[in-house]
Amino acid sequence: MVDSTTEMQLHAIAHARTGDKGNRLNISLIAYDPALYPLLAAQVTEAAVAKRFAWRKPSSVKRYLLPKMYALNFVLDDVLDGGVTQALNLDSHGKTLSFHLLGMRVPVPENLVKYAKLAHAKS
Amino acid sequence: MVERMLIGAGAGYSGDRIDAPIAVVRDLKASGERAAIIFETLGERTLALAQLRRRDNPDLGYEPKLKPLLTPVLKDCVQSKIAIIGNFGAGNPPAAAKVIGDLATELGTTVRIGVVTGDDMLGPEGIEVLRASSNDLPDAKLLVSANAYLGATPLVEALGEGADVVVTGRVADPSLTLAPLIHAFGWSYDDWHRLGQGTMAGHLLECGAQVTGGYFADPGFKDVPQPENIGFPIASIGRDGGFVIGKAQGGGLVDRRTVAEQLLYEVHDPAAYLTPDVSADISNASIVELGGDRVRVDGITGHKRPDTLKVTVCYDGGYIAEGEISYHGPNALARARLAADVVRKRSPKDIRIRCDIIGVLSVLADDSGHAWSELDGFGEPTNDVRLRVAFAGNDKALVERGLQEVEALYCAGPAAGGGIRLSLRPRIAATSCFIPRSAVRPKVEVVEVRNG
Repeated sequence: MVDSTTEMQLHAIAHARTGDKGNRLNISLIAYDPALYPLLAAQVTEAAVAKRFAWRKPSSVKRYLLPKMYALNFVLDDVLDGGVTQALNLDSHGKTLSFHLLGMRVPVPENLVKYAKLAHAKS
Repeated sequence: MVERMLIGAGAGYSGDRIDAPIAVVRDLKASGERAAIIFETLGERTLALAQLRRRDNPDLGYEPKLKPLLTPVLKDCVQSKIAIIGNFGAGNPPAAAKVIGDLATELGTTVRIGVVTGDDMLGPEGIEVLRASSNDLPDAKLLVSANAYLGATPLVEALGEGADVVVTGRVADPSLTLAPLIHAFGWSYDDWHRLGQGTMAGHLLECGAQVTGGYFADPGFKDVPQPENIGFPIASIGRDGGFVIGKAQGGGLVDRRTVAEQLLYEVHDPAAYLTPDVSADISNASIVELGGDRVRVDGITGHKRPDTLKVTVCYDGGYIAEGEISYHGPNALARARLAADVVRKRSPKDIRIRCDIIGVLSVLADDSGHAWSELDGFGEPTNDVRLRVAFAGNDKALVERGLQEVEALYCAGPAAGGGIRLSLRPRIAATSCFIPRSAVRPKVEVVEVRNG
């Protein structure tokens, strides 16, 4: 049997929230279904996240795994243009950046597609 | 002996929904259980803004919404023995206590108010401590506020002296919740396991609706019932530290997803979430849905608290100005980009400048403008965009000069720009440092205002 995959945005398989402290941003990434957690752990690596946020030039990207919560926590340093009290950015907290991560595309094996949320909202 | 206690959240930040505490107090009261309600209203810079208000008027400097927040609930709480604990004292807890006392008189109820101070490090002695701990503090004359994060201890003391209301300035947010738990259950200050659990219960409560469906809705993916009327959270915490998160009547929801998002909010290393009270550890946490908007979190523990306390230092950060102008119709994006280019070329060189295009790239750009080179790769082409230009600098005249270049786009910029709006405001900058615990001496005073 040949394994085939479908490319999807993380948005279909996980949800996320950011938090800020100074110039440091954390982004949680939480699988909608426990079955999707290994896929997240395999695909959403520190390197992949560093690449996704490359234009913000993170000085470090650290990933923490929380398998019992089916969640990953990323800590990105020096990505908030100085942070809430220094940045000229409209979103100086980086609150919108969780959905920038969710826009990342990953290959999802066919046997996991059934766990993905496909938009039924009006587009 | 009390075996469990309910703690509700009445506010998760200074700008929160003003009517939220009403449903929380109604439910706490109806439960008949030992209960408290917390109000977290202090952001990183909120305290500096409060200090500025206090400079203008020594009777101010507390949370401006204090009275409207407490008016509908104070009497009920005092009569039902629901402790109110809030950092709404901000830069002036004694003045906040005066407001609460006056409100109690208006409402005809006697109240005991515990006032916690000692977080303010802006005195000469405090500044010396800060200088010894940090090399890059701004000049003393620029300092606006410097406040150490206190832990639960002084709040427990106030509750021990019978306070109905505890009013504080800077306190670590989860300590607002931990204090009534320590008071009710007599937890020891080195019972890291229980302190870790109580702290994470507090962490889940401290942002109000963020754990009950606020800041969560994503239509079609994460739907929230009645988002216009979200019930704020109520935690039920046991003597052993185990807890269940629920919510007040109304809309919103509590499930595995809402709790996971908030449990990791502003967390870095999940094995070491540092507060003045404990180093909490959620690396082994698991989330169990009990149904009916009730969720239990298992597997939390804690380790020895840090030896130092964090201090947030706020200082005069010069000025920030923003100017905006809209372009619509054919070639709108090109005209907006040209306008940005014109403003960049004409603005003073000694101030910071940044351009965003609302409608295409409102938040993801960078100050250097590098991301603009890939503008066509961000989203669909649009014929309706708004250029935003931000300036910052210490010299007000130069910042104004930059802003004037946005205004001048009306007659001298690209074709058909409209709807210019300009604003300029002083800016508070913040930094933080860590100081020895022994350098901070919290003070507790309990005052009683008798009525009727």
